[in-house]
Amino acid sequence: MKHPNEEELIAYHGGEVLRRDVVANHLTDCPECRAELERIDAVLAALGTMPVPEPGDDYGQRVWQQIAPRLPERRARWWSFGGGFTAGWLPPRRWAAVGAIAAVVMVAFLAGRLTKRVTPEPGVADASNVRERVLIMAVGEHLGRSEMVLVELGNAGPANAKQKEVNISSERHRAEDLLEENRLYRQTALEQGDTGLVNVLDELERVLLDVAHSPREVTTAQLENIRERIDSRGILFKVRVVGEELQQRAESPAPVVKQNGSPKLERNKT
Amino acid sequence: MEATGHSDAIAVERTLAGDRDAFRVLVERHSRNVFRLAYRMTGNQHDAEEVVQEAFLRAYQKLSQFAARANFGTWVYRIAANYAIDRMRQRKSEDAQREPAGRPGDDGIERDPASLVPDAAPSPERLAQSEQLAVHMRRALDELTPAERTAFVMRHWGGSGIEEIADALKSSTSAAKNTVFRSVQKLRRSLEPFVERRGQAKAMGTEL
Repeated sequence: MKHPNEEELIAYHGGEVLRRDVVANHLTDCPECRAELERIDAVLAALGTMPVPEPGDDYGQRVWQQIAPRLPERRARWWSFGGGFTAGWLPPRRWAAVGAIAAVVMVAFLAGRLTKRVTPEPGVADASNVRERVLIMAVGEHLGRSEMVLVELGNAGPANAKQKEVNISSERHRAEDLLEENRLYRQTALEQGDTGLVNVLDELERVLLDVAHSPREVTTAQLENIRERIDSRGILFKVRVVGEELQQRAESPAPVVKQNGSPKLERNKT
Repeated sequence: MEATGHSDAIAVERTLAGDRDAFRVLVERHSRNVFRLAYRMTGNQHDAEEVVQEAFLRAYQKLSQFAARANFGTWVYRIAANYAIDRMRQRKSEDAQREPAGRPGDDGIERDPASLVPDAAPSPERLAQSEQLAVHMRRALDELTPAERTAFVMRHWGGSGIEEIADALKSSTSAAKNTVFRSVQKLRRSLEPFVERRGQAKAMGTEL
């Protein structure tokens, strides 16, 4: 290997180089590059010794005292913490972990959809219920398929220890197909004003784009990069949570529409 | 760590449900970390404290957007980085308009008393060298652009990933990578002679 340039050595020092083993092997044999790396390390190590004043154990309390009077009152939501339909179907431990992510997305999606209903004629109500269930089922299945692709990417690896590249052409191809569907559902959710679902589908689109635009064969480092991007967005978890809820909604008996709105809406209130 | 994330999620949800005091838990838990980042970015305690307060105020206002985020600590860290960049740009523009001899000292750099405390009983030589190096390091950091300084602080002190830095800089990942590289390159150019001299002094036994 030719000598790595300064940028590659700095990236190597920061743990960012894709072919680390190649650079590492070169460094073993090249005293010049080792010396260069040591000089980089010396500067960064010196910078690492720059002290930061210790703000004190009570610093957090002081910050709170300073900002508390400036915080506006937040209007409580009707699905306030600990109550509401979401607490019923998730075990407490899992609910706590999901916390902010799941509640906002799912409730915004479902409540938004349900609250938009006006008292329809019985025939119209039936047709509307059917359409809603079909849509919920379709989005749920879409999220299930997306989840599967992301999980498979998470588990992908070289076929054997000698192989340096991983073939992800199947995941890539499926991501391309899912992209089209995703855009369609996102558009529908947007038209219905379901911003929570729009946000999840937006994030999913970015991840699917990443996968669809990846090479058919990636190095383990490139694969790790893709995984990191998936992990950093927490998208798999969000997809799973919303997908599960939609699945349950699709499997539950059709709601009976009352004169003044949805019975589920009544159940949702705390 | 998991327990903290777990309890952060509860505090976020309670705050969103209208319990303002739940936000206090988040402020008290994450303030010091955010302060460290802000201090390294701004280089002085006054601005760092302002960044911390503003970061939590903004986090509170945008908390409903946090629903899509995985880790409150990382999220508020990024808000602080965003605000600190704006603050540094504003500070640089104010400094550029001011007379050069505005502040005391030969280098115009604010001295934080805590940063002058040595880590062990020093010899006069060592104290002088450490102090001199610290002055050079502050000056070198001040010479970085706000984006470079942010990228450097997040990467080398905050341990942030390139994507996170790109997000804070509102740039692509390749641009963020390049900014990190440029910052290290500039710091090398400014500091290597002093770091090497110190290394040689150490090797010769003139530094304790």
